[in-house]
Amino acid sequence: MNPFSYGRAEDVVDAMRQGANGAGRFLGGGTNLVDLMRQNVEKPSALVDLTGLPAAIEEAQDGGMLIGASVRNGTLAAHPAVRTRYPLLSRALLSGASSQIRNMATVGGNILQRTRCAYFYDPEGARCNKRQPGSGCDAIEGFTRYHAILGGSGQCVATHPSDMCVALAAIGADVQVMGTSGERTIPIVDFHRLPGDRPDLETVMEPGDLITAIRLPPLPAAIHSTYRKVRDRSSYAFALISVAAILDVKDGFIDSIRVAFGGVAPKPWRALRAEAVLRGRAPSEAVFREAADAELVEARTLAGNGFKPDLLRRTLTAVLGELAEKRA
Amino acid sequence: MAIIINGSDYAVPADPRVSLLDLLRDRLGLTGTKLGCNQGACGACTVLVDGQRILSCLTLAVQVDGREVRTIEGLGQEDGGLHPLQEAFIRHDGLQCGYCTPGQICSALAMLEEAGRGDPSHVTADLSAAPLLTREEIRERMSGNLCRCGAHNGIVEAIEDYMAGADA
Repeated sequence: MNPFSYGRAEDVVDAMRQGANGAGRFLGGGTNLVDLMRQNVEKPSALVDLTGLPAAIEEAQDGGMLIGASVRNGTLAAHPAVRTRYPLLSRALLSGASSQIRNMATVGGNILQRTRCAYFYDPEGARCNKRQPGSGCDAIEGFTRYHAILGGSGQCVATHPSDMCVALAAIGADVQVMGTSGERTIPIVDFHRLPGDRPDLETVMEPGDLITAIRLPPLPAAIHSTYRKVRDRSSYAFALISVAAILDVKDGFIDSIRVAFGGVAPKPWRALRAEAVLRGRAPSEAVFREAADAELVEARTLAGNGFKPDLLRRTLTAVLGELAEKRA
Repeated sequence: MAIIINGSDYAVPADPRVSLLDLLRDRLGLTGTKLGCNQGACGACTVLVDGQRILSCLTLAVQVDGREVRTIEGLGQEDGGLHPLQEAFIRHDGLQCGYCTPGQICSALAMLEEAGRGDPSHVTADLSAAPLLTREEIRERMSGNLCRCGAHNGIVEAIEDYMAGADA
């Protein structure tokens, strides 16, 4: 690991002051960053530890929630209001990593975690356009079981590994960011970028920016929601694919619908095309399949992930069927 | 400032690159905590920080400045006897080579605290109810601790046995 300086931030102002100079990184739980530093993928000259910042989970006046960026994943998953009002978010968090890692990982760090593409993780042995722009990609012709079928480019097909962000995309959460020119709000669905010809640029964050909180909008329909993750073993593994969905039925027709996918794209994938098919229709397996097909129109599979479109169709159908049955 | 480990104060290492795991094992001689994958995938390095189970391999020692760390060395009885959960692991063959055992035991004690305060898990069907620690729940909640010898059945039985004893 390269040498670095370490400082502990007292509050947001202190963090911004310490983080503003040089090639530093903000440190949350370290479950991804410390690992990447040990692999020599990340080589920050300074770490500013954010885990001492206030980590509040507040129920907002408007019925939404405000969650501090330093809240640990495990704390958020177990919060009573999250469990009852946004169960898909609890379920997404609980499907990720292990209890130990959830006790460490922060909300801000979860959003900013890097892909687990094995080629990205291997500076000595593999080319990677994300790590070294213009160097090439050894993944596309390589082991692609975990790689994207939507939103990838000829430069990069790495997936975003977060479960939490998939639930946030379905909820339509906002990310609050503090920058040198003040605070701004970025919808989670616009927060991550698609790789295009610059896979090294993963988010819309500017140098020195700090995530301070996420805001969940009031969303009464979210009580009718879930998250399903399909993976190579039943616990403690990244998603092959995942589905977050909110579905309510009124008078026999789909009234509220929100769908997002994980494991299939370089960012948490809000499935707006699928939602457009579903809204106002009578729930049925045929309609669910039609919705999946609409979202998969532009899907491109690689040698190792040709199973993903069908797996996604079946999982979406199963999840929507389960939610619709409860509201029938 | 200092790190409190099993009730005693220890100086924070000057080099921030030192992980909590390396501090425990290489600098303090507390070799009960094990180095497995060193990348957060196996759970062998699990210790308790302020009562919460965490991975000491991915924790920088400087980050736990002023906090309380408990390792397997700090779990036994004052007279030198084993912790009742350690006894249960022996009774139920919850180990073969024993390398993952300190992590399993630290993890299990924190897991029982989490379940006791009502935290749900991935397999909890009803998120609004207090979870019941079925075998399926225990397995899911212990999934961050791998045992390459495959002693998981004995581990789950040892935890169940300890729970029954703790209730009595």
